[in-house]
Amino acid sequence: MKVVLRNPRREVDVAGGRRVRDVLKDLDILPETVLVIRGDTLITADQVVSDGETIELRPVMSGGRA
Amino acid sequence: MKCRKCGGAAVLELRRHNAAFCEPDFLEFFRNQVREAIRKYRMLAPGERVLVAVSGGKDSLALWDVLIDEGYQTTGLYLDLGIFDYSVESKARCEAFAARRAAPLIVSRVADAIGAPVPVIKNVTRRPPCSGCGLSKRYLMNRAALEHGFPVVATGHNLDDEAATLFGSVMHWQTDALPRQSPALASTHPKLVRRVKPLYRLSERETAAFAFLRRIDYIVEECPFAKGATSIQHKQILDRMEDASPGAKHNFLFGFLEKAQPAFARAEPVALNECARCGQVTTGTLCAFCKLADQVKRAT
Repeated sequence: MKVVLRNPRREVDVAGGRRVRDVLKDLDILPETVLVIRGDTLITADQVVSDGETIELRPVMSGGRA
Repeated sequence: MKCRKCGGAAVLELRRHNAAFCEPDFLEFFRNQVREAIRKYRMLAPGERVLVAVSGGKDSLALWDVLIDEGYQTTGLYLDLGIFDYSVESKARCEAFAARRAAPLIVSRVADAIGAPVPVIKNVTRRPPCSGCGLSKRYLMNRAALEHGFPVVATGHNLDDEAATLFGSVMHWQTDALPRQSPALASTHPKLVRRVKPLYRLSERETAAFAFLRRIDYIVEECPFAKGATSIQHKQILDRMEDASPGAKHNFLFGFLEKAQPAFARAEPVALNECARCGQVTTGTLCAFCKLADQVKRAT
C-alpha cells in the first residue's frame, strides 16, 4: 500500500492488509496527530487497508510534521 | 468502529470522549461544541457582527464556516504577513473560501502598516519570528475591527493551541499571562474590542477533520518560520501525554480555567493609556507596535 505523508509531501510503500493502527505504529506516528484519509473520506484506526490502496496521513498540527 | 449516535460506520474516533462518529454526527458534535463555547462564555450575541481573523489554515476557516451557518454576520480579516509563497497560498485559500460562501473579506498587508513584511521584521528584532508576527497580528486585528465598526474579533485558537500556551506560561510561571488566558476577553477600554475563541473546546485533530469533511480547501503546509518554535515543541510534549492518557490536554486546560485561574487574578486592573503616536491602547506611552515600527525603520 502507498502512504502519502506531508510537510514535505512524499510517498512511502508499506506492507498492506493491515489495520491503520499498525501502519501508524510502524511509521512511529501518534494516531492523534494525523487525519487518515482514504479517497474523499476519513477512516478510523481499526480499518484494514489492502495492498494497492493509498492513504494519506495528514498532520493536524499547524506547522506539524508526519 | 461504529458511530456512537447512529451506529453507522465511523469516520473519526475521539478517544478523549470515548466515542467515534460518522460524518453527519461528527459535524453536529463539532457545531454543538462551538455553540456550547459561545453560550458558556457569552462570546457573541445572536446575529452579531463578527470579524473573523482568517489565516487560510484549518482552524480559522472551520470557525468562519460554522459562524456563517450559525447566522452571525461575519466578515473575514486576512492579514498578509508577506511570508513568500506561504502567504500567497494562504491568501488564495481565504479568498476562495470567501467567494464560495459569498462572505466579505478584508485583506490588510502587515508591510503597509509597519513598513516591512514579517521576514524583514524577523531579521531586525532579536526576538523569535513568531513574537513580532503575533504582536503585529493582535494589534492589526483590533485596529481593523475598530476601523470597520466590529465589536468583536473571533480567532481560530483550538484546544491544543490553548493548552500549549498554558503549558508555556506555567513552565515559566508567567503569572502576568495566566489571568489573561481565556476563551473570551472582554473589552476593558473603548478602543479594545472583545476577543473570542469559539473553538477552544475542540482539538486540532477535530478542527482538521471538520475542515476536511466540509471540503474546505485549507493550507496544510507549515509556516516556514514555525519550524522549531517553542509552541510546537510544547504541542509535541502534550501530544505524547495525550497518547498515554486521552483527555490530558482537555483536563489541563479546563481544570485551569475552572479551578486555578481565579488564584492568578489581579487585585487591581492594569492602567491603560492611548499610544502617543497611533492612539491604540497600551500600558506605556508608546505601544509595542509603534516601537517595533521604529525598530524596522531604523534598520531598513
